[in-house]
Amino acid sequence: MLTTEKLTKNFKTRNAVSDVSLSIPQGQMVGVIGRSGAGKSTLLRMVNRLAEPTGGSITFEGRDVTALRGRALLEWRATCAMVFQQFNLVGRLDVLTNVLTGRLYHHGFVASMLQLFTASERAFAIRALDRLGMAHTALQQADTLSGGQMQRVAIARALVQEPRILLADEPIASLDPLNAKVVMDALRTINREDGITVVCNLHTLDTARSYCDRIIGLKDGVLVFDGTPEMLTQEMAREIYGAEADDAFAEGLTSTSLGGVPAKQRLTERDLAKNAQLGLAAS
Amino acid sequence: MPNLELDKLLLSRGDDGRAIPGSIAYWYSDFWTYIQLIVETIFMALTATIIGAAAAFLLCFPAARNLAPNSVIFLLSRRFMEICRGVPEILYALVLVFAIGIGPLAGVVAIAIHTAGALGKLFAEVNENASLRPVEGIRGVGGNWFEEMRYGVPQVMPNFVSYTLLRFEINVRASSIVGFVGAGGIGTELNRVISLYSDDRVVAVLLLIVLTVTLIDLLSERLRTHFIGKEHFA
Repeated sequence: MLTTEKLTKNFKTRNAVSDVSLSIPQGQMVGVIGRSGAGKSTLLRMVNRLAEPTGGSITFEGRDVTALRGRALLEWRATCAMVFQQFNLVGRLDVLTNVLTGRLYHHGFVASMLQLFTASERAFAIRALDRLGMAHTALQQADTLSGGQMQRVAIARALVQEPRILLADEPIASLDPLNAKVVMDALRTINREDGITVVCNLHTLDTARSYCDRIIGLKDGVLVFDGTPEMLTQEMAREIYGAEADDAFAEGLTSTSLGGVPAKQRLTERDLAKNAQLGLAAS
Repeated sequence: MPNLELDKLLLSRGDDGRAIPGSIAYWYSDFWTYIQLIVETIFMALTATIIGAAAAFLLCFPAARNLAPNSVIFLLSRRFMEICRGVPEILYALVLVFAIGIGPLAGVVAIAIHTAGALGKLFAEVNENASLRPVEGIRGVGGNWFEEMRYGVPQVMPNFVSYTLLRFEINVRASSIVGFVGAGGIGTELNRVISLYSDDRVVAVLLLIVLTVTLIDLLSERLRTHFIGKEHFA
């Protein structure tokens, strides 16, 4: 359970996020929508502590995340993976090493400076790449990949962190429709099969509707909508998007009309335990 | 000026082992001493560049405004580098000759200190232009500051190599100067022949220095374009 309590971030002149109180149960797939500049990115970055909140608190399973310092903060970032709009891969390293950086928190100083990774970590990374259909690129330099491929590598990096939460900041905003669908499908598969909470910033309404269990609407940093996709009426959406409404809807009909297959049912606890056994613990 | 006579120019030493005045052999009678000293000069430059570049490499990350962990460390490393490069290497050499003693070691340390400051500033500026996206990516997975630098900033390596080679060229020139204060290399010999008013030898030594510097410049330029080119098309 991830909870935010009156979470606020103000820059000098304005509030980017004001008084957002949320509570997200483990394993939910949440879409955050809103026009550009509504505070979606700031909200996500505060959860991962890449941005410091100026007020309020974030709690995860009873632990106050906002108070974490030093190594505890690094541990939180390892638990709470982040996928970025611009992928943020290290272009000059190969794909496999990029994925292995997801294990950095678990490494000693010398091992990480010398880029020493164990065989089981490599195997784990290859398996993560394979899940996203990217295993064949493992030895390529990362900046030779296309945008969609880079984003899948970034998701593989997030997976080897063995996170509890995966935050995705506009993961498909710089991708073409086909790659956008591949990436969103991957995020949903991870959510359904591994039980990882996924919180995803989305620009277009349609994607949020077809992929998420729950939609959160932000307008000028204020929480204006929180509910299931069915509850999000046309009027509500117009209010969230304001002047950009027509864009959001038009785009929804064309470029990012992803539709896709209906979401799989959540796996049972037994399936999750089995998946976990196949994971790093076993290797 | 050297006394050269066209008809005797290429004559070798006579039977008694003496060179004939007016020949090149007479002019360059200390040739092998000069070569030995020039090799020493190049080695001094090489050692100083390696030590200085290593120090600059360590300093450049805390001295980059966008990468420094906090402003205190940023200011400290910036000021330290300013002290290193603010004083010309010949002055450092002068002080170090008193501290360490006459010889190449004083010169090497002096040039290394100056290199650390000058190269560190250039490296830091490269870092400030680097894309922060990979750094943020590493921060996002829970990496500490050292890991952010190790994995996030390999993009700067071609520039670092290029600047280091450029600095090596500069250091070859610098190490032929520090000998004037007794810090080893060809400069010591140059200083000696100047003080003897032996102008033909001064010209001989200067010609060799110019030749060496030109050769090193050409060589390092080749190396640099090779490095940058290779990185560019990889």
